[in-house]
Amino acid sequence: MFIFILKRIGIAIPTLLVLIVFSFVIMKSAPGGPFTSERPLPAQVLLNLEIKYGLDKPYHEQLINYVVDIVTKFDFGPSFRYKDRSVNDIIAQGFPITLTYGIWSFVLAVSVGVSLGIVAAIKHNSWIDYTAVGFSISAQVLPNFVMAPILVIIFTLTLGWLPGGGWNGGQWQYLVMPVIALSTSYMASIARITRSSMLEVLNSNFIRTAKAKGLSNTQIIFKHALKPALLPVITYLGPAFVGMITGSVVIDMYFSTGGIGQMFVSSALNRDYSVIMGITILMGFLTIMFNLVVDILYAWIDPKIRY
Amino acid sequence: MVFKSKKIAKMADNMAAQGMGKSHSLWSDARRRFFKNKAAVVSLIILSLIIIFAFAAPYFTPWNNEEIDWAILGSVAQDGKPSFTTKHYFGADPLGRDLFARVAQGSQISLMVGIIGAGIAVIVGTLYGAIAGYFGGRLDNIMMRLVDILMSIPYMFVLILLLVVFGRSIEMLFVGLGLISWLDMSRIVRGQTMVLRNKEFIEAAIAGGLNRFTIITRHIIPNLLGIVIVYASLLVPLMILTESFISFLGLGVQEPNTSWGALISEGAGQVLYGTLWQLGFPLFFFVTALFSFFFIGDGLRDALDPKDR
Amino acid sequence: MKSITKIMAASLIGSTFLVAPVVAANVPAGVELAADQTFTYRVLDEHSSVDPQIVEDVSGSELVRDLFEGLLNQDADGVLIPGVAESWEASNGNLTYTFKLRSDAKWSNGDPVTAGDFVYSWQRLADPKTASPYAWFMEIMSLENASEIVAGEKEPSELGVSAPDDHTLVVNLTAPLPYFAAMTTHASTFPSPQKVVEEFGTDWTKPENIVSNGAYVLTEHVPSERSVRERNPNYWNDSETVIDKVVALVINDENIALTRYLAGELDRTEVPAGQYPDLKKKYPDQALSFPKLCSYYYSFNVSDSGPEAFKDVRVRQALSYALDRSVVTEQVLKGGQFPAFTFTPGATANFTVPDVAFAKMSQAERDAKAKELMEAAGYNADNPLSFELLYNTSEAHKKVATVAAQMWKQKLGAEVTLANQEWKVFLEVRGKQDFDLARGGWCGDYNEASTFLDLLTTPSGYNDGKYSNAEVDKLMTDAKTASDPSDNYTRVEEILANEMPLIPVYHYTGVYMMGADIIGSWPVKNVEQNWYSRDLYKVK
Repeated sequence: MFIFILKRIGIAIPTLLVLIVFSFVIMKSAPGGPFTSERPLPAQVLLNLEIKYGLDKPYHEQLINYVVDIVTKFDFGPSFRYKDRSVNDIIAQGFPITLTYGIWSFVLAVSVGVSLGIVAAIKHNSWIDYTAVGFSISAQVLPNFVMAPILVIIFTLTLGWLPGGGWNGGQWQYLVMPVIALSTSYMASIARITRSSMLEVLNSNFIRTAKAKGLSNTQIIFKHALKPALLPVITYLGPAFVGMITGSVVIDMYFSTGGIGQMFVSSALNRDYSVIMGITILMGFLTIMFNLVVDILYAWIDPKIRY
Repeated sequence: MVFKSKKIAKMADNMAAQGMGKSHSLWSDARRRFFKNKAAVVSLIILSLIIIFAFAAPYFTPWNNEEIDWAILGSVAQDGKPSFTTKHYFGADPLGRDLFARVAQGSQISLMVGIIGAGIAVIVGTLYGAIAGYFGGRLDNIMMRLVDILMSIPYMFVLILLLVVFGRSIEMLFVGLGLISWLDMSRIVRGQTMVLRNKEFIEAAIAGGLNRFTIITRHIIPNLLGIVIVYASLLVPLMILTESFISFLGLGVQEPNTSWGALISEGAGQVLYGTLWQLGFPLFFFVTALFSFFFIGDGLRDALDPKDR
Repeated sequence: MKSITKIMAASLIGSTFLVAPVVAANVPAGVELAADQTFTYRVLDEHSSVDPQIVEDVSGSELVRDLFEGLLNQDADGVLIPGVAESWEASNGNLTYTFKLRSDAKWSNGDPVTAGDFVYSWQRLADPKTASPYAWFMEIMSLENASEIVAGEKEPSELGVSAPDDHTLVVNLTAPLPYFAAMTTHASTFPSPQKVVEEFGTDWTKPENIVSNGAYVLTEHVPSERSVRERNPNYWNDSETVIDKVVALVINDENIALTRYLAGELDRTEVPAGQYPDLKKKYPDQALSFPKLCSYYYSFNVSDSGPEAFKDVRVRQALSYALDRSVVTEQVLKGGQFPAFTFTPGATANFTVPDVAFAKMSQAERDAKAKELMEAAGYNADNPLSFELLYNTSEAHKKVATVAAQMWKQKLGAEVTLANQEWKVFLEVRGKQDFDLARGGWCGDYNEASTFLDLLTTPSGYNDGKYSNAEVDKLMTDAKTASDPSDNYTRVEEILANEMPLIPVYHYTGVYMMGADIIGSWPVKNVEQNWYSRDLYKVK
């Protein structure tokens, strides 16, 4: 197990390097630079700016300096657009916001999704089951960018219950719509997966044996059925997590929450090289780490897996 | 020598044919099971209707997707409602263009993105996975590590970057979607291939001295068809969703062309002004099509999954 | 760069010893103020910085004007009024300017604001180590040694600005600029606190570190979400300030911003294209439209890399004639914009819109003439004109371009391909003349016609279509020294109407939804829209 984790971390490092080089090359091959503006800067002023940010050096040197600064000083450099802020500042301020509504969404999607799936499976073919199935199917085709405007129409424009966007330090009123918009479709998928795998497990031989032995339903479900039934759910957590990270772009843009998703898009538009790279690397790192956690979780739940 | 190997090759062919023969009955079984699944059949009909609409609708309206109706341009909220008298059956978009024609044209693009995107994934993923799985060993190790690496890349961010940097275009979108969607496919195919590889008819083909590439394309891949079809049917809606997401961010197709995502995005921006049809019609098509794809995918899985037999 | 701003703010000349009345929030007698004086407005994008010497965007400058105070300010009509300087005087034939600073000006930490603070900040602006994108502003202000310092050839301490005592600032210029005083309202000339800058480095603008001398201090900043500035009790004119707290919310999408405005979360937001009339009907006391100093146009690429067709003046005229501007302004944008037949907006000071011939025709006449011209140029159904229309990505530009393309297609049979690009790419492509017809928008740097017309002179760095006409160049050069240049401007506009190097489409308006309680104090007559929160107030 320990060796497995080490191996995975061993892969993570070249992955991040590939990511850095790839994004760097894309950025540099793009027309327009961070200092391109409607009123072109005088050559001398432009040169001073380029010297200050090291952009006058050859590309490979810039790339090496960049990587070295990250590795030795954990320094992602200054932002080109927001000149009095560093990339570390920007991420430090935006990421907690994304993380807050991201974690809420994740927890909500998993807890509600799993409970709904289990209840639906236990009460197979009852009205609860039908409602759950109906909900999960319809919610699956309502991705976050469809949910967001619908929620605003209902809760802000019609009912006037919730603010139409913003963050305001993360008060609950500002959290509700982003979390619902981000989590619904994943909640639905998780409910569907849980339901079908739970049904499968409940119909399997060992559960029938357990029933025959006269164990109570609660005991059967929580002691025997739950663990194997959750395996497919755990495999889905990886993609769900990545999907939610991606979804944060829409959430940030639509609700103006100030998270890093919005920062990513506006930095790409502004050619703010260092911010784009910083966020891309952070996202890559999170994806890798999360997949690792999922794999460990999987190994822990499923004793058949050996690494 | 030559004669002998030919003979064995023939034998292998026969065995493979036998396998195929078996799979013929497998296919007809699957078809029967699929057509018993009411939800899947209804979805298939609805989806066909949407496809027919996408391609036939332009012949039923005097408007095309880029023509501006000057008479209603300044007052779309009042005069651009869905109506038979103005021949705007779905109403008009904020620029006085016919939404019926635009939804039809948008459906074409979205469906095309879904099908071509899934197509790229299927071709690349199947070949890649089959090669890795068939050869195994070090090659497999390297190829699969590469997949691991690519899977850890936050692809949507890279896709956004690509579109922002190289300009939006439908080709770039295909490249971006194709680049990321084959990864899962290749993993699934690799797993299947490793199972198939130890089957007798493949061993016979190897013994017959068939070249490896022929074995992969002629014997392995046809036997992967079931799983590939199931997975592809799930990929199509995923591609459509991804395209819509990109369009929602304003990075999709170029004007005057449009897509479901672009239309939904535009309509969603206008809800404040009482022109709900601009959101309603594209959303209806989007949701219905995705529903249909999901049910068809479910139906195919139930029909082709040997576990359920 | 120098030539462009030569006549900066000719209308704002303040050359003799001036002492104008101090104006803060000018609350009319009998008006009852609201209890809550918080002003919340929407900004499109996160501001670039609040460091006066670094800031480069409009929303950042708005913040800097509230947080810091320069030598002089503008009032609601754009007229110069005292800021940190109580009075100012030009001598030595406009080559020396002396500013007398008020003694009660303080930083938010209680330290006095001195002339030395300005010397430090101006040197900092020019210093190549600061690498300010606005370093060139010191050059167009013509300060002694400014260019050499920016180029790294001289030390910043050699800049032509000095402080003989704490309340006197002396500036030496290399050119006699009659309008020099007006340039000190620009945010990049505002003082920054040396001690704090040196103590915290680039972190000095963070809310916990910042020290400022304006009417407000920065108290909160969540990047891409909000920034909050609150009243500075140490500001010398704090007693006349009414607004207690100003909140800027970053909302990228204007429709979402309007939703939030209607939900009562904002006091000011932009009206999306096409929505003004309906909003005005529904909320007559909140919708506001006023002229701005900006032009929207399509620029032909007449350089060597441009299409052959556009070298034919008849084609350029035909496309311009066939574009029905009233459809754009009245049916697409609907925000009170003015159809444009000249490049310079009518709202520009001392500029009368000349009667160019095609402005007086009816649209039907223009269409007929356009068809005639196209025929004459040899384009018809068998040989259609085909070109690409390039614009930068935006909902409103897309609308205008789509409508224009349809007009040309239906009236002239032209095959127009629409292409949109992100802002930075667009600028690069346009700057390299890699286009056929490109969208352009220009806002005046100062309130005078040359800020527009200089754009079409041969040496201008912003002349992306590479139009070149010796007569225009001469007229514009002469205008800089003429006592009344308005005839020159009229003549240039007439030449432009004939040669049509660009298609003027419309002149901008500022179109806002503004809370009924604050709308009355908004400086609509300041065409440059240099507004200060301390001049605003909310009524009951």
